[in-house]
Amino acid sequence: MKCKVCKGPAVMDIRRHNAAFCKPHFLDHFRNQVARTIKEFSMFTSDDRLLVAVSGGKDSLAVWDVLIDLGYDATGFYLDLGIGGYSTRSKEAAIAYADAKGAKLIVRSLAEEHGYTVPELAKLTRRVPCSGCGLNKRYEFNRAALEEGFDILVTGHNLDDEVATLFGNVLHWNVDMLGRQAPVLEEKVVGGATALVRKVKPLVRLAERETAAYALLTGIDYVIEECPMVEGNTQHRYKEAVALLEESSPGTKNHMYFGFLNRVRHRFGDEDENFELVPCAGCGAPAARWDAAAEPVCSFCKTKRLALGRKQQ
Amino acid sequence: MKVRLRNPDRVVDVSGPATVLDLLKELSIVPEAVLVIRDATLLTRDERLNETDEIEVRPVLSGGAS
Ligand code: SF4
Ligand SMILES: [Zn+2]
Ligand SMILES: [Zn+2]
Repeated sequence: MKCKVCKGPAVMDIRRHNAAFCKPHFLDHFRNQVARTIKEFSMFTSDDRLLVAVSGGKDSLAVWDVLIDLGYDATGFYLDLGIGGYSTRSKEAAIAYADAKGAKLIVRSLAEEHGYTVPELAKLTRRVPCSGCGLNKRYEFNRAALEEGFDILVTGHNLDDEVATLFGNVLHWNVDMLGRQAPVLEEKVVGGATALVRKVKPLVRLAERETAAYALLTGIDYVIEECPMVEGNTQHRYKEAVALLEESSPGTKNHMYFGFLNRVRHRFGDEDENFELVPCAGCGAPAARWDAAAEPVCSFCKTKRLALGRKQQ
Repeated sequence: MKVRLRNPDRVVDVSGPATVLDLLKELSIVPEAVLVIRDATLLTRDERLNETDEIEVRPVLSGGAS
């Protein structure tokens, strides 16, 4: 295959664009796609302070790398989940990248902040690890952004992540989740203060295969191994199913996701009308109040209370 | 040729496939789900392979809650 731009030998083919690129032109293409997405969805400007949630994997390191190269003020945030050697190696990858790039990285650990690791939390709450892990990550990313004075939280979600989530939400008709799926989640003010910082996903136009290629070709030493808790994970199965469809008809993922954003999403409200958002009695984060008589507690505090209560028994 | 696979890490010997696409077919791997690497660079699916090549097939799809 030949590069679409310079006709030199290609290293990467992108079938849904009917294109292949040599290394420098693939990297240009990748950065242009990110810049286009930031502009298209008015995600942020160079005046904003960005906090990038970094896992040590390819997607978060790639988005961080592109934002720095595009000249944005982007700080990394690594949350140590306490998942044995996997967490140790991911933390090392995040720190090594930050050191090599001269970028600022904030590191926190779930065990130090809250007294449990992800595997402990799963045992204590008797739920699958990814459920408590996802809840704690969302909560801690937001808390770190608010505490450290960032305007925007950036995540490395790519096209495959978004399509797999959409696929799952459609399979199960999670109507309220469908209303909330977007490349930008606006800031939420509760009780006069910012409770949820604005969240953006600049990689939604890039397939996971492209973020991996970007990381490899730029020499980013990301963690290739999968989290050991992921076994049997439904998100992964959805991605495999979608990859088969994409293989036989390139462009399927793009159609599904952008068709949803452009033609379908507005049909689903992004607010549930049945409750009021009020500050959590435990931590001040937004909590849903269904019943005016009950004390409002957010789902993070509920889970933490349950886990620490059982830990003491 | 020697082919390195990941998750779990292992090396298998494959002989015969003429191109990247043939190799992936032989291993029953969906091309959209992997990168194929030789000498630290990427190969497109039509690239020709040699018996003496050392190839890495690296999965790109990760799981987990967001
Ligand atoms: S796979 Fe699950 S447990 Fe592991 S990091 Fe991802 S969400 Fe957390
Ligand atoms: Zn080129
Ligand atoms: Zn709370």
